[in-house]
Amino acid sequence: MTDTAVKANDISVLEISGITKTFDDKVVLDGVSLTVARGQTVCLLGPSGSGKSTLLRCVNWLERPDQGTVLLCGERIGMRKGGVVPMGNAELARLRMRMGTVFQHFNLWPHLTVLQNIIEAPVHVQKRRRDEVIAEAEALLENVGLADKRDAFPSRLSGGQKQRVGIARALAMKPELLLFDEPTSALDPELVGEVIAVMKSLSQAGSTMLVVTHEMGFARETADKVVLMDGGRIVEQGDPEQFFGNPRTERARQFLQRYVSA
Amino acid sequence: MMRDFSLIWQSADRLLDGLINTVLLSLVGAALALALGALLAIPLMASNPVLRLVSRGFVDLMRCVPFLMLTYLVYYGLPRLGLRFDNWTAGLVAIVVYNTAYMAEIIRGIWSRLERETIEAAVAFGFHGWRLVSRIILPQVMLAAGPMIGNQLIQIIKDTAFLTIIAVPELTHAANSIQAQYFIPFATFITAVLMYWALCMVVEVGVYAVERIAERRR
Ligand SMILES: Nc1ncnc2c1ncn2[C@@H]1O[C@H](COP(=O)(O)OP(=O)(O)OP(=O)(O)O)[C@@H](O)[C@H]1O
Ligand SMILES: [Mg+2]
Repeated sequence: MTDTAVKANDISVLEISGITKTFDDKVVLDGVSLTVARGQTVCLLGPSGSGKSTLLRCVNWLERPDQGTVLLCGERIGMRKGGVVPMGNAELARLRMRMGTVFQHFNLWPHLTVLQNIIEAPVHVQKRRRDEVIAEAEALLENVGLADKRDAFPSRLSGGQKQRVGIARALAMKPELLLFDEPTSALDPELVGEVIAVMKSLSQAGSTMLVVTHEMGFARETADKVVLMDGGRIVEQGDPEQFFGNPRTERARQFLQRYVSA
Repeated sequence: MMRDFSLIWQSADRLLDGLINTVLLSLVGAALALALGALLAIPLMASNPVLRLVSRGFVDLMRCVPFLMLTYLVYYGLPRLGLRFDNWTAGLVAIVVYNTAYMAEIIRGIWSRLERETIEAAVAFGFHGWRLVSRIILPQVMLAAGPMIGNQLIQIIKDTAFLTIIAVPELTHAANSIQAQYFIPFATFITAVLMYWALCMVVEVGVYAVERIAERRR
């Protein structure tokens, strides 16, 4: 098995099998299977339109796949009773609150301050004690280097700062799985580094992360596994050393030529 | 002319009572209409077509009915169905029912133009149902709605003048009774006009304050 990082006795935090998704006759996901083990960082690469975002949206059931299953720590999301009854919103919410998502365009809540953004879901969705959550949020802000922005509104932050708040907001959920959808693609080049640095330290601290990214440097240095998607399928996956050094498929070679040299 | 205004000064308490009633009817009416309008906006935005159709029907009905007609209906018509209100309450009910539709339409319009991404982010974090609406959607709507709600409030203040026809002792009613008693129409009505104008200025200051709060978040 070339999938070196997945050992047999590891629990998979995320197990995606055979996901298919079609948007008006266009097959966007075509039987995608993927696992993320506890503590792993998996980087999902692929050209624009290959279905990366759609796959992430299927994981938290913002998009309902046509076929296939998604398991979070062994628990099926979206369907219950052996996969015949769709889950209601409340049930979905219980699974969603165990994941944290970081979005390309940050999607912070503009009416709330930085601190309020971070504590909003832990307090009002997870129903945790407000004073404890605030203390944790302040520590998170410290970690991402934004303690002084505690009471600022998102509109007053730079892109890099917004994304670090986005990451803190996701972490405040104490998620079992972190999902990142191109977290640095909307940033000015000089702001990419500060966000990448935070993500690297999360990965090193043992967070379980599924990261859609075009940052090849990050994938190469940080990922436990790299997955290349194209046309709604996984065309190659493996450890980064091998993937970047000696890709097995022609498609991966082409992709790397275009994205790494650029 | 000076004599006219001194007569008005002597009747200041009646004008003031009228003004207080106008303010109370407008503020209580607007607050209730805003709250009910926010609730009505939920079916207006629902994915269920029946909910949408029914709520839309009510909104369109209210937008086509003259306020005066609705007031007649509430005050003279409803007692036939066993619903009898005193003048003041009937006036308030008419204001609330009528403006709930307008407020709902204002809220629906802004809601439908909100960035879908911030709402979807909330869903991804486990928000759903009423908590999604009350904590993520409505606060964003209200921040953007200041000027439009201010406009509606001014409309409500002006509409309260119609309530004089069911003898609600509001400002127009007070002014009318003073001028009828002393035959000084110009002085009384111009005084009332200035008082309405002052009320509108207060509303505009309020809108400005809300805009400053919203500005910090944009
Ligand atoms: N809601 C939708 N309705 C119709 N088509 C959609 C929808 N969402 C995505 N698509 C299509 O699915 C395909 C895959 O989109 P997706 O956003 O998953 O790609 P991606 O790999 O994330 O690309 P990018 O790198 O540009 O973000 C695209 O062709 C897109 O147009
Ligand atoms: Mg995408």
